[in-house]
Amino acid sequence: MTSIVPKEQSSENKKDLSAEEHEDFRLFGLIAFLIADGMTFAGFFAAYLTFKAVNPIGPDAIYELELPLPTLNTVLLLVSSFTFHRAGKFLEESEAKQCQKWLLITGVLGVAFLISQMFEYFTLPFGLTDNLFASTFYTLTGFHGLHVTLGSIMIMIIWWQTRIPNGRVNKHNKFPFEAVELYWHFVDGIWVVLFIILYLL
Amino acid sequence: MTLSLKPSNSPPDKLQPTGWLKYLSFSLDHKVIGLQYLVCGFLFYLIGGSLAGAIRVELTSPLSDFMPREVYNQVLTLHGTIMIFLWIVPVVNGAFGNYLIPFYVGARDMAFPRLNAVAFWLIPPSGLMLITSYFINGAAQSGWTAYPPLSITTPAAGQIIWILSVLLLGGSSIFGGINFIATILKLRRPGLKLMQLPMYCWAMLGTSILVVLSTPVLAGTLILLSFDIVAHTGFFNPSIGGNVIVYQHLFWFYSHPAVYIMVLPAFGLVSEILPIHSRKPLFGYTTMVFSIMGIVVLGLVVWAHHMFTSGTPPWMRLFFTIATAFIAVPTGIKFFNWVATLWGGKISLNSAMLFSCGFIINFVLGGITGVALAQVPFDVHVHDTYFVVAHFHYIVYGGSVFVIFSSIYHWFPKFTGKMLNENLGRFHFTLTFIGFNLCFAPQHWLGLNGMPRRVAEYDPQFQLINQISSFGALLMALSTLPFLWNVIQSIIKGVEAGDNPWEALTPEWLTTSPPPVENWEGEAPLVLEPYGYGAKDINKTPEQRK
Repeated sequence: MTSIVPKEQSSENKKDLSAEEHEDFRLFGLIAFLIADGMTFAGFFAAYLTFKAVNPIGPDAIYELELPLPTLNTVLLLVSSFTFHRAGKFLEESEAKQCQKWLLITGVLGVAFLISQMFEYFTLPFGLTDNLFASTFYTLTGFHGLHVTLGSIMIMIIWWQTRIPNGRVNKHNKFPFEAVELYWHFVDGIWVVLFIILYLL
Repeated sequence: MTLSLKPSNSPPDKLQPTGWLKYLSFSLDHKVIGLQYLVCGFLFYLIGGSLAGAIRVELTSPLSDFMPREVYNQVLTLHGTIMIFLWIVPVVNGAFGNYLIPFYVGARDMAFPRLNAVAFWLIPPSGLMLITSYFINGAAQSGWTAYPPLSITTPAAGQIIWILSVLLLGGSSIFGGINFIATILKLRRPGLKLMQLPMYCWAMLGTSILVVLSTPVLAGTLILLSFDIVAHTGFFNPSIGGNVIVYQHLFWFYSHPAVYIMVLPAFGLVSEILPIHSRKPLFGYTTMVFSIMGIVVLGLVVWAHHMFTSGTPPWMRLFFTIATAFIAVPTGIKFFNWVATLWGGKISLNSAMLFSCGFIINFVLGGITGVALAQVPFDVHVHDTYFVVAHFHYIVYGGSVFVIFSSIYHWFPKFTGKMLNENLGRFHFTLTFIGFNLCFAPQHWLGLNGMPRRVAEYDPQFQLINQISSFGALLMALSTLPFLWNVIQSIIKGVEAGDNPWEALTPEWLTTSPPPVENWEGEAPLVLEPYGYGAKDINKTPEQRK
């Protein structure tokens, strides 16, 4: 029964609505969802660490990870978080052109991450079913890659919607922007944990 | 940015059907969604109950002569899954939560109405998918726990459909949980403090925290399990280096809290019903709140007490035994608070009250066997026997399902504007209470003497007790008939209930029955003392008291 009407647009009805207004808690709902999503990752991490502690890898099993490519991936994602933040600053100042530019950079960085991840997959000497760690490695990075894919698509949608004059995302309706930004920072944070647990430990 | 609700004098949305058709539509009204949850859940309860009946028929004789062993395994798996994921969880959370929480916080709807409708409409398809798997290539056979390697070695089609179905239901549950948290914390009417909310809000807040924290772990686990089945990875397959114990840990990290997801809302509902029908304030409101939150915290760190026979190391056994025993403290506080609420009250023993009292009795019995099961030496003796079956059903049937019936008797006047027939209701209670105890009390004895659960055949010495148990199950099945007759009769030609037949003070009774689309014609009432019974101005509404 609720219809989403920004405060500015509903000024004619303001008198009837004063008791019915409430703050926008869509970001709150998104945070609750991201906590749930994070728990999925936590389950995967717990499984991986337990496997590592309880089922030591056999001497003949192939399981070695190179560091350069994933380090590049980490840098790509961290920089993309920063560029997204920049885009947010320009959205606040209603500089759509600049905002779009930085969003595009963010999206390209996300896609670059995915390409780099695929490249790593193809060069690794083990496959999904080779051993327990290989399986967990592909599941964890794959599940994270799925999140990056969705995030990149959403960034592209936001990029398209911030265009002038017809874009729907602007200073007055920036929930879509904030939601994707929060999600993107979350995906980055998960990657950092994943990088430490999977590659460095 | 601020969101505004549509002005209440605007014409109703033409896309929303009216009349009974709205219950089959993608309605966004929280009351419609609540009743959708309730009726849908009850239909699945009838299916799950029929499966339970089939199990009890099979167990009247020591041989597997009523159905083949594979079918018995499928039936017990479907029974467990349907009853937990399609009946109790959606009804105690989704149905009553959706109907009552917006009233209790003084809102016109839930925080995210569309998400709410999506959460409900995930349930019927996944339930039907689960049941259909029986007719395709046989349903899953590994029980509702789906322990590998059993779930990896039994036929794959049924198991994969089971996983998909449980994943969808878990998604529905998470969406619901997010919605409840946002509604309770963010959508409260201005001037209403958290500690002034009816107890059911606290129960739902705690439950939703558990849902949001633990259900995703189950989802992750089931994704890994499905990889083992479909892609032949080896996470949980010991023959290629996997570890089944990891599955058990991850599974019980969800499924122990799942017991609280089923029973905490029931605690909340009972805390609403008892004060109204004994005309006394709820005893110990603050201790109730802290016990709920205590159960939420402790409930997350007791899961391995399901795994005492899985080679758990001694320190783990010690930790989880102590943590589990601690849960008895907040639960005991709640129990004594309910008894103290009844103590000296002006009790009317109507159907709602009878079922609530039945709940208190059954739940104490189930709780005591639960504390016993937490002790390692005893648990090792009765693990996977009928003792566990008896304990579990005392909690979820004697606990949650009794409360569901109690709540239906209590809120039916609000749902429909009609009263249910009290005599039929008391008859329903008597049959259910006797049937339930006759069915499950003897199973304690079966378990102590070593009858394993989930097996179609058993030692002939157990036959008499099993037949007594099956007779009890027959009474429980029959008890559904007066209830159904009562509901149908009352909807057609029941006595008009009026707006507030119980003279209750909680906000849902301060509007018409059934309530209008946005709950109140005017502004939402500010109810600061939902349990102010027995005060000298008992018959006044909170507005009049000021």
